[in-house]
Amino acid sequence: MYVAVKGGERAIDNAHAWLAEERRGDISVPELSVDQIREQMTLAVNRVMAEGSLYDPELAALAIKQSRGDLIEAIFLIRAYRTTLPRFGGSHPVDTAAMDCDRRVSATFKDAPGGQVLGPTFDYTHRLLDFQLAADGQVGEVQKTEPNTGETPHIMGFLDREGLIQTEPEGAEAPDDLTRSPLELPASRALRLQALTRGDEGFLLSMAYSTQRGYARNHAFVAELRIGTVAVEMDIPELGFTIDIGEITLTECETVNQFMGSKTEPPQFTRGYGLVFGMTERKAISMALVDRALRWKELGEDNLGAPAQDEEFVLYHADNIQATGFLEHIKLPHYVDFQSELELVRKLRRNVQAAGQDESKGPSGGSFSGKMKEGVGS
Amino acid sequence: MTDYNFAYLDEQTKRMIRRAILKGLAIPGYQVPFASREMPMPYGWGTGGVQVSAAVLTPEDRFKVIDQGADDTTNAVSIRRFFEKTAGVAVTEATAEASVIQTRHRIPELPLREDQILVYQVPIPEPLRFLEPSEVETRKMHSLEEYGLMHVKLYEDISQHGTIATAYAYPVKVEGRYVMDPSPIPKFDNPKLEMAGVQLFGAGREQRIYAVPPYTQVVSLDFDDYPFAPTKADHACDLCGATDSYLDELIMDDAGGRMFMCSDTDYCGTRRVAGHVGAQAAALAEDAA
Amino acid sequence: MRADALAGGFIDPPIDASRAFRGIMTAMARPGTISTVTGALPPTPLGVAAGVAVLTLCDPDTPIFLGSSHDTQDVRDWITFQTGAPFVSPAQAVFAIGMWGDLPLDEFSLGTSEYPDRSATLIIELPELRNTGLTLKGPGILGAAKLSLPDAQTLHRNHGLYPRGLDFLFTCADRLAALPRTTRIG
Repeated sequence: MYVAVKGGERAIDNAHAWLAEERRGDISVPELSVDQIREQMTLAVNRVMAEGSLYDPELAALAIKQSRGDLIEAIFLIRAYRTTLPRFGGSHPVDTAAMDCDRRVSATFKDAPGGQVLGPTFDYTHRLLDFQLAADGQVGEVQKTEPNTGETPHIMGFLDREGLIQTEPEGAEAPDDLTRSPLELPASRALRLQALTRGDEGFLLSMAYSTQRGYARNHAFVAELRIGTVAVEMDIPELGFTIDIGEITLTECETVNQFMGSKTEPPQFTRGYGLVFGMTERKAISMALVDRALRWKELGEDNLGAPAQDEEFVLYHADNIQATGFLEHIKLPHYVDFQSELELVRKLRRNVQAAGQDESKGPSGGSFSGKMKEGVGS
Repeated sequence: MTDYNFAYLDEQTKRMIRRAILKGLAIPGYQVPFASREMPMPYGWGTGGVQVSAAVLTPEDRFKVIDQGADDTTNAVSIRRFFEKTAGVAVTEATAEASVIQTRHRIPELPLREDQILVYQVPIPEPLRFLEPSEVETRKMHSLEEYGLMHVKLYEDISQHGTIATAYAYPVKVEGRYVMDPSPIPKFDNPKLEMAGVQLFGAGREQRIYAVPPYTQVVSLDFDDYPFAPTKADHACDLCGATDSYLDELIMDDAGGRMFMCSDTDYCGTRRVAGHVGAQAAALAEDAA
Repeated sequence: MRADALAGGFIDPPIDASRAFRGIMTAMARPGTISTVTGALPPTPLGVAAGVAVLTLCDPDTPIFLGSSHDTQDVRDWITFQTGAPFVSPAQAVFAIGMWGDLPLDEFSLGTSEYPDRSATLIIELPELRNTGLTLKGPGILGAAKLSLPDAQTLHRNHGLYPRGLDFLFTCADRLAALPRTTRIG
């Protein structure tokens, strides 16, 4: 006979064992090490760090291995780990002008102090499968320029000097932390940027793309895209001075956007900003475009009703861990609710059939007062 | 168990949740924002309920978890294990023996006592959400006690269908002030929302906690001439014969034969032990033998 | 800071706090119920139950106002060391601690109509706490309850602000009761 599906402990244990076996795959093929993933799947590692909001390449690589390469699952592992970490304090803002740049390009000026540095980019590769890689992964001699150390001035600074770019207010106080207080709307720009930098790359890409195609178009140029390492510094109250606690790789994108002026602002250029852990330039550019679209209110622009302008829509739907959880939960048992719907639909059908037999009575019987109990209708 | 703090969450997070619970109890039905944490299970699997349970459990508690009324559904098993492991609490499947019960989609049939706490897992805490997608707008509506949209929705149901077409997550008004989503329990369970136990609701992804203290007035929204009616399948339980419990409907064979059994597995089991027999109990016993 | 500030905290914080919170939650969910709580040995004049409430609920995220009766260096040091909560004026306070007479009730946050939860919670030490005196009705109460509370008029006015309003924890030695804003004073 048929027995209701009741999972039970054994089913869960068996599922976990099977999952482990599937993850390992054919055991005649050597197992991937975490080091290999960290070194050879770096862009996956970077995405997991960025959206997991935790800068730790080793753990991100482990998460990718454990999740069988499902990056959203890996991001989830990192997020769940992250929340258990004690919080020692906040760092100083990182100084991206002092970044050791591996890559630095500007689309708005042919050249600028600091130069154009192409760096390790896919941009001009021909997308032809390299069958040599399937045979062996040997790399030839590389003529590498040393990263630009010392100050590399931001391109925006040059526009700023001419007064052509909107000035940003200097904020001294520490912004709220999206992971420590519930999101409240309208959100400050700092909170919006936090949400965007840990938001899903695919979601941000599509949102940014929609602005380019005309849904709140904001005429973005990449003034500058830079990738490199910056120092993270923090005050240690017990010591009374600042220490360097490490170095992280960041991608920063500043867009310059044409702006014809509004009721409140003169014609000038405006900016969008993206800053993301690791080498993640698609994400950083997307972030800058979405940031700019969300700034319509402060710039006195019209609300065009575009999705990328809708702060609540963007911020509430950018997080892939929230999204995937809620999406996938509909596969959990819902038979209690479904049963109540079954009863309801059967009842509605009975009502309709009864009404069909007696044409004079409509479904509402014509006697409905619409008066709510408890004064709920106000 | 030494790998984790008691009940998994760190103490600062628990304090934040505990403060939210107290404010929730002080403003029944009002959704208190809280900084929900990522938990080691996905959003949608009960992270809100798990965080509330983690903030409420003591070592002396006896913990019960049900999903769809049953203790042995996979997610109930998984959450029960989580707290056995991280809080070392005793667990039970018996409603009467539990001091804290975490639930998804049901209220146990056995009336809860004053010394019991019921923790609900909530997917969408905002009862107005499907009428108004914007949080900014719905917060304003609650603050102004402006529930006209809900009124219109229920009114249209009746004029179109002759009945209110909401079968679960049926909205209620708490203590004459806040309209509240009782989580996706079948409306059969709504009358039980006025109870002796403490009811706490946790929505992790949506970052909200709310509460209904004991003996608080909870009224299912309705109209004078279309009063609220809790409904269930018009059958008795085929295993224990109960006529007062919410029933699951099972498809038994290729011909579409049906069987009805209590959704509350502990209620059904307790009745059968006490000697109550449903119409198909004998046939099933033979089958199992 | 005196060494006393380092003593008198929870011995096993996760466990002690879990039991204490159950007592506090029961009190808040059932106005009129008196819970006995343990685990804190704060400096006088802070009582055991008030100390337990502070250890259970306060931290750097919850600014505190001390009423004049409780604003001593010992109490400040103890709260600072045990919880890290900053001391502020009444308007900024999430919690306040004092006697009934020395807390400026009109100055605390009552919450807003959109966020009524953003109101202060007052921890008030009473000379006695018994189930006599004022009659309480409302959520959490089957029929009616009695509690030895001061000043029915003020509490009645607070209830009239619902859903805004203050919430109270009343303490006496190691005992604690609560009065949420929902309670009607009869």
